[in-house]
Amino acid sequence: MKGHKELLLHGNEACAMGALAAGMKFFAGYPITPSTEIAEFLSVELPKIGGTFIQMEDEISSMGAIIGASLAGVKSMTATSGPGFSLMQENLGFASMAEIPCVIVNVMRGGPSTGMPTRPSQGDVMQSRWGTHGAHPIIVLSPQSVLECYTLTIHAFNLAEKYRSPVILLMDGIVGHMWENIQLPEKIEVIDRPEPSVPPDWYNPYDNLPGGEIVPLVPFGEGYRYHVTGMVHDKSGFPTLVHEEVEQCLDKLIYKIKNNLHDIIRIEEYMLEDADICIVAYGSVARSAREAVNIARNEGLKVGLLRPITLWPFPRFHLENISKRVKLFVVPEMNYGQIYGEVLKSCPKKAVRVTRVDGELITPAQIMEKIEEAAL
Amino acid sequence: MIRTSETMYKYLRPDKTFPHVWCPGCGIGIVMGALVRAIEKTGFTKDEIVLVSGIGCSGRMSTYLDFNTLHTTHGRALSFATGIKLANPKLNIIVVMGDGDATAIGGNHLIHSCRRNIDLTALIVNNNIYGMTGGQYSPTTPMEDKASTAQYGSIEKPFDICKLVEACGASFVARSTTYHAKMLDALLSRAIDKKGFSIVEAMSQCPVQYGRRNKKGSAVDMMMWYKDNAIPNPAFKKIPPGEVGEQFPVGVLVDLDEPDYLERYSQIVKKAGGDKL
Ligand SMILES: Cc1ncc(C[n+]2csc(CCOP(=O)(O)OP(=O)(O)O)c2C)c(N)n1
Ligand code: SF4
Ligand SMILES: [Mg+2]
Repeated sequence: MKGHKELLLHGNEACAMGALAAGMKFFAGYPITPSTEIAEFLSVELPKIGGTFIQMEDEISSMGAIIGASLAGVKSMTATSGPGFSLMQENLGFASMAEIPCVIVNVMRGGPSTGMPTRPSQGDVMQSRWGTHGAHPIIVLSPQSVLECYTLTIHAFNLAEKYRSPVILLMDGIVGHMWENIQLPEKIEVIDRPEPSVPPDWYNPYDNLPGGEIVPLVPFGEGYRYHVTGMVHDKSGFPTLVHEEVEQCLDKLIYKIKNNLHDIIRIEEYMLEDADICIVAYGSVARSAREAVNIARNEGLKVGLLRPITLWPFPRFHLENISKRVKLFVVPEMNYGQIYGEVLKSCPKKAVRVTRVDGELITPAQIMEKIEEAAL
Repeated sequence: MIRTSETMYKYLRPDKTFPHVWCPGCGIGIVMGALVRAIEKTGFTKDEIVLVSGIGCSGRMSTYLDFNTLHTTHGRALSFATGIKLANPKLNIIVVMGDGDATAIGGNHLIHSCRRNIDLTALIVNNNIYGMTGGQYSPTTPMEDKASTAQYGSIEKPFDICKLVEACGASFVARSTTYHAKMLDALLSRAIDKKGFSIVEAMSQCPVQYGRRNKKGSAVDMMMWYKDNAIPNPAFKKIPPGEVGEQFPVGVLVDLDEPDYLERYSQIVKKAGGDKL
């Protein structure tokens, strides 16, 4: 991929290019607006580098196929939107449970059900966290620009490999379809799958290593024969119902994320140092929020912005810290208040929401209305 | 006999996974024995084989055998297998599924795997019932037979799995039974060696959840029923359609030579210039 040159791209294209830059060589998907351009782009580009593109019969099998490819040692990805994301949930849980790195892009559209295929939304924030059954770890990233569609896709692959976990890139229809001139970064960090440090006989793919170190996933076919299952398993991967082993298996899933929040969570702060009011916004809405901050500052109102780039795990500690300084959180979202609920959890009674579900972008003016109301 | 158990022992994972979950008299163990002998015959090493399975009594097979093994979700084994095969074409992939697994919840993946002619070997253990969940009717439960959710008898027309996959374009289709275990070995090793999507349907008795409820007698009785009703395909073809009754054909039913998915994909790579890397 050429660096430095300026490129006019849309978000979906940038996302696909980011995936290629991260070393993704396997894409399986099923067409759905507003994500389809990712599949279309990769159907052209992957064969050029000897990679695999396949259009599966549905999103269930797309998710299964990328897990299979990852087990064979190839970085893999799928892309979808709401209805397809719903279909992926069971196998997404499998990837969490079996600790298989992979990246799932969900370009959110209005829902529920078929909803508004061509209109943006942020309605899948909770589904991305809790869509599959049972307690499971997940990492969810939310880009706000075309450039971030590129960089965060790379980051998603890195986190997937590092933490042996599915990672979801939660875009919205605006970010996916928006065109921007961007300059691809000259240098990017790419994390590849580490080699195992032990011979086959000593290999336990689900071992609890001291210090929470994560066991490298050895690709199938390299002499490390082991078992992978969605059932609760012991450290060697075989099903178990022994209480301590069950607990260890499930705890490990949660703690590998929880113990690394500092590494996983990314946020951006804008004019927050002296702010009385903090807007919490992500994805395309964060762009309106930033503009609202500028307008407010011009009016002499001390408003700042916290943008969670990592939506899950939710940057709760950041919020709690900011909460000590600010009087109010304003949370604009293209849904009925999914992240708003999280903000309330961290800072009860100090948050108000700005919601919009009619398929239009939240404007700076709409956010300002709430701020002016609160400032009175 | 001793030779058989030595072969079996070579491929089992005795320290971790036994006792196994299967009921006394269950046919799945016989099918597993045939699979092991077939793999032994093909000469592939354990490291070259990936055994992918779905969920069900038959799906548990992947737990017991010492290959690269993947126990997936109910019905989705073929999708996982597709990903593995395309990501690493050198691996030989065998996909074990139950009748419900393969033709109900996973029916869509089955027909599309046939159509793509993806180079996998599917082994469908057909016991005409949902064994694992306690005997509910499956897409292969014969009409009027009883199941825990068809206490008045099933009113749904069953699939003929082999006809289904033939119509969908599978390259190799064969059927055997637990009574005809040696034939099953032979068919499976041919299926594994075959390029393209190959399917072997193994009729397998479930005396506990299907047999008992339908008064089919013991496991041995059920196997004797296979003995009496399984007809080698050439002989079966000669039976006039009106006189078929409960008989069904066994042996190789389809054997086509067609380019498989990966061969076609390599053409795409060529067109895109990816072969010049
Ligand atoms: C999505 C989903 N639905 C339902 C089940 C419950 N379930 C487990 S096995 C099974 C049926 C098994 O029947 P079959 O595939 O014929 O395999 P057998 O047990 O007979 O070998 C069902 C319905 C499940 N595990 N997952
Ligand atoms: S329920 Fe039927 S298929 Fe399952 S193990 Fe028992 S006998 Fe076998
Ligand atoms: Mg069955």
